[in-house]
Amino acid sequence: MPLQVKRLLLAFAVFIGIMLGLKYFLTPDSWREYGPYRGKALIEIADKVPKYVDMETCIMCHDSIGELKIQGLHKSIQCEICHGPGYLHVDEPEINKMKLPAGSEFCIQCHARNAARPDKIIKQVDAAEHSEGENCISCHNPHEPWL
Amino acid sequence: MAIEKKNFSRRDFIKHTSMFAGGVVFVSLMNPMKVVYATKKPEGKGKWYGIAIDIEKCIGCANCARTCKIENDVHKEPFFFRNWVEQYTITNDDEILVSSPNGGIDGFEQPVPEEDIYKTFFVPKMCNHCAKSPCTQVCPVGASFESPEGVALVDQTYCIGCGYCVQACPYGCRYIDPEKGVVDKCTLCYHRLKDGLDPACMMACPTHARIYGDLNDKESEVSLFIKEHNCAVLKQQLNTVPKLYYNALSQEVH
Repeated sequence: MPLQVKRLLLAFAVFIGIMLGLKYFLTPDSWREYGPYRGKALIEIADKVPKYVDMETCIMCHDSIGELKIQGLHKSIQCEICHGPGYLHVDEPEINKMKLPAGSEFCIQCHARNAARPDKIIKQVDAAEHSEGENCISCHNPHEPWL
Repeated sequence: MAIEKKNFSRRDFIKHTSMFAGGVVFVSLMNPMKVVYATKKPEGKGKWYGIAIDIEKCIGCANCARTCKIENDVHKEPFFFRNWVEQYTITNDDEILVSSPNGGIDGFEQPVPEEDIYKTFFVPKMCNHCAKSPCTQVCPVGASFESPEGVALVDQTYCIGCGYCVQACPYGCRYIDPEKGVVDKCTLCYHRLKDGLDPACMMACPTHARIYGDLNDKESEVSLFIKEHNCAVLKQQLNTVPKLYYNALSQEVH
């Protein structure tokens, strides 16, 4: 075998050796636990704390409002859609207050007239014409809306 | 110096050719080019998440987009979304207008007067969690993967932010987080699923237009919904096998 080929083979062998060594030390333990990725990543992603608790959690304390709401047209709307995420409030209800919706602009996110909104599913109004700037909640109770 | 010619006999020629052809056939039988997908539908009772969206029920309130941004700390600038709502308006002149101002979070305006509208509707968009997802297949470092439950996820400690998957996703469902410099996307609220809570967008929908569940369980809500309605997926021709099914999807939607 010519000398240059021998040297080349030696260089290849050293290179492959280094690569195998690096692979051994750098591959994380959980690699290929489920597939060609780090299995621990699944646990890390799942570790995040949820911000929106459930309506059931709200009703544990606010049962009277829950009972009122569950009979009305807004029964399918979770409390936290209007009042914001409740994960801090659940831990320290006195310090972390829930927010109150900003008024008519909040209501018309769903109830503004738009041809794309299916009429059967949602009642719609032209806000300027319907209330002339009056706040929606001065007539309607959002927990027990009437038509 | 004359070039030395080798004279092959006919026998040699046939021998060499058949050896080569045989080798090719043998290697192809070994199947080295077999497609390897990021994940496979689990056999038996393993969960296999799918989503169904009922366009007939969507009122375009964008509560899904809003809660998603809060739940998952998505940047508030109007070009980072894990899910968003598009308003389609088809005029009487067959013009198709699509708008999604801030993903629908700021509300929608109809661009044409009502008498000129032929058809209009909202289409909520999010990650399709494809069974043959192109985004996970192109990742050079194994940071983008599909969980055994069929949820496309990103390992952000491994992601190098090359953006290849952002280009590979035909649905535009990935973005580069401007602070971390790595890719971010819908996780179907994987952290909430593990706690037995619904994903934030599913929880937020006031008309129950969004349904998710186990496609492996033929009695689950999502399986029954797909059975009872005429559902379609987006960009079926790309063979990404999306697991997001739309009821009443118009052909204009892409």
